Amino acid sequence: MIDDKTYSELEEIAGRYPQKRSGLLPMLHLVQSVEGRITPEGIEACADILDISAADVSGVATFYTMYKRRPVGDYHVGVCTNTLCAVMGGDLIFERLKDHLDVGNDETTEDGKITLEHVECNAACDYAPVMMVNWEFMDNMTPESATQLVDDLREGKEVYSTRGPKLCTWREAERVLAGFPDGLADEGPSAGPASLVGLSIARERGWTAPSGKASGRTNGTAETKEGAAEQADTGRAETETKQEEGKE
Amino acid sequence: MTDTLTPVLTDLWDAERSWTLKTYESKGGYSALKKALDMKPDAIIEAVKDSGLRGRGGAGFPTGMKWSFIPQDNPNPKYLVVNADESEPGTCKDIPLMMGNPHVLVEGVIISSFAIRANTAFIYIRGEVLHVIRRVQAAVAEAYAAGHLGKDIHGSGYDLDVVVHAGAGAYICGEETALLEGLEGRRGQPRLRPPFPAVAGLYASPTVINNVESIASVPSIIEHGADWFASMGTEKSKGYGIFSLSGHVAKPGQYEAPLGITLRELIDLAGGVRAGHELKFWTPGGSSTPLLTDQHLDVPLDFEAVGEAGSMLGTRALQIFDETTCVVRAVLRWTEFYKHESCGKCTPCREGTWWLVQTLARLERGQGTEQDLDDLVDQCDNILGRSFCALGDGATSPITSSIEYFRDEYLAHLTHGGCPFDPAASTLFDTAGARS
Repeated sequence: MIDDKTYSELEEIAGRYPQKRSGLLPMLHLVQSVEGRITPEGIEACADILDISAADVSGVATFYTMYKRRPVGDYHVGVCTNTLCAVMGGDLIFERLKDHLDVGNDETTEDGKITLEHVECNAACDYAPVMMVNWEFMDNMTPESATQLVDDLREGKEVYSTRGPKLCTWREAERVLAGFPDGLADEGPSAGPASLVGLSIARERGWTAPSGKASGRTNGTAETKEGAAEQADTGRAETETKQEEGKE
Repeated sequence: MTDTLTPVLTDLWDAERSWTLKTYESKGGYSALKKALDMKPDAIIEAVKDSGLRGRGGAGFPTGMKWSFIPQDNPNPKYLVVNADESEPGTCKDIPLMMGNPHVLVEGVIISSFAIRANTAFIYIRGEVLHVIRRVQAAVAEAYAAGHLGKDIHGSGYDLDVVVHAGAGAYICGEETALLEGLEGRRGQPRLRPPFPAVAGLYASPTVINNVESIASVPSIIEHGADWFASMGTEKSKGYGIFSLSGHVAKPGQYEAPLGITLRELIDLAGGVRAGHELKFWTPGGSSTPLLTDQHLDVPLDFEAVGEAGSMLGTRALQIFDETTCVVRAVLRWTEFYKHESCGKCTPCREGTWWLVQTLARLERGQGTEQDLDDLVDQCDNILGRSFCALGDGATSPITSSIEYFRDEYLAHLTHGGCPFDPAASTLFDTAGARS
């Protein structure tokens, strides 16, 4: 149910932006936090606040994969099966978890604890195979550590992200995504081990960036818009720029 | 002679509570901001132009020039939007940067906004990285409390508000105009260009959209000078960048080095390809950049040399695969990703990626014919350059490059009646006997 408090928080999100419709993505995160999924009532509330149609809101809610039309468990468990993680073991982990939890992709266990989903690259490839629980990193997973993880979550044990705090629930996570901080930013490390390998080598060997006095030739890049577009890494930038200039 | 690794953005990551304002300022943080506020905005743009900084989000467009396209006589507000939607498969640099040192991004946002005369800036972070969003939210709050953000920043008369915005799961929103649609509360579908965002971007107003690493590089340029930045890198690819090694190397991770370092040097630093195995193929800058092989170990990783080698520097996302990896399986999986992420706006990409998956899946099962390879190349020809945005272009890269270098491996699937590889052999935990 969208109560008065939620309604006013939805309005507060819209108010952060020069044009209120910009608030829609975080507003839908808040709807999920309160409702456990995107509900018709949540859609109506957003539409009402933003002066757009419910169909407009629905169109947005169905475009983005983080918005769920069916109830999500306390823990959304994602297994990266994009190429690199898949090759490094993500496929085996996902198969093992489907079997272990007796659910398919994007399904929730009967106890309502766990929703399992295979996810796309989550920008932690140096920690492959990677899993995400409620969008917190669980790095360097194996089939064994993955089954242990979901067992611990179902039993209500305390579980920590490898690079973050004790795992909160999916609804609590969605509230942070809506722009309401939970005060946990200071938990967890600055960086995981893989993030630091290059820096550690530099420290060992005494390598640093040049001193402030270093000087190099500064005229390497293009001087004109077209020159820059030609230098840029896509043929697309070049054709679009020429088109704008009316030269093609 | 510049050192092999040059930590600038990563330099703070091993410090105690590196994400806090206190730690950042104790290492000289926000001194570039004070310097910048005493400069003329145009002088900052000139400095960034002179430095040779080129966009770190993949396309390599000169950052200072992008800023100079903002028509200052346009009566609409100007906006800065940071693209923190890091989603390109293999790319994993902006996420640890925002987790370990969010203040360098915030400082960069303030200086860059001041330069383009924006009073509102947005940091659009993909939604699937909760702790990173916490850290950036906290850094922005700390910057407000310290007077680095808000009204009349440090008595300069300059006002800036920053909004941290969480996305909701859409690779396409890494494309700058699709990102603007997302930020306007719409489905993330790209816009036709021209007009470019510099003229008509967010709310049809002049908008600069830059990658996290580009913006985070700005404080160092202001602090140490354009020629300091240009003392690193190669002739046309200046400065430092974070190189992300992943996959079958002994020590995957982040290595910050001048542009122009080679994969051979990086793999050497990473302790080599995993023990007992050899390099088979790699991506220089994410899955949208054509595959390279062991012939390309000595290509300088800068925009020009990687381009000449037939690929693109992209995001310096070096995904390393050894000989246990089936290239057909790898390419099929990437193609399924592009099909899933195609926004559906244009026909070549929406339909084309679907057909590519059908054809590749059949080949992978060993059920296709050699003709399918020619069909794939033909389909790619009809997608590349004919789709609305670069997603379609990117989808063709792994396919055409893998057929170029590994045609025989595709054919082996046909003669073998399926995949000749053992998928367990490529996993990290194979040696521990942890098969499912």
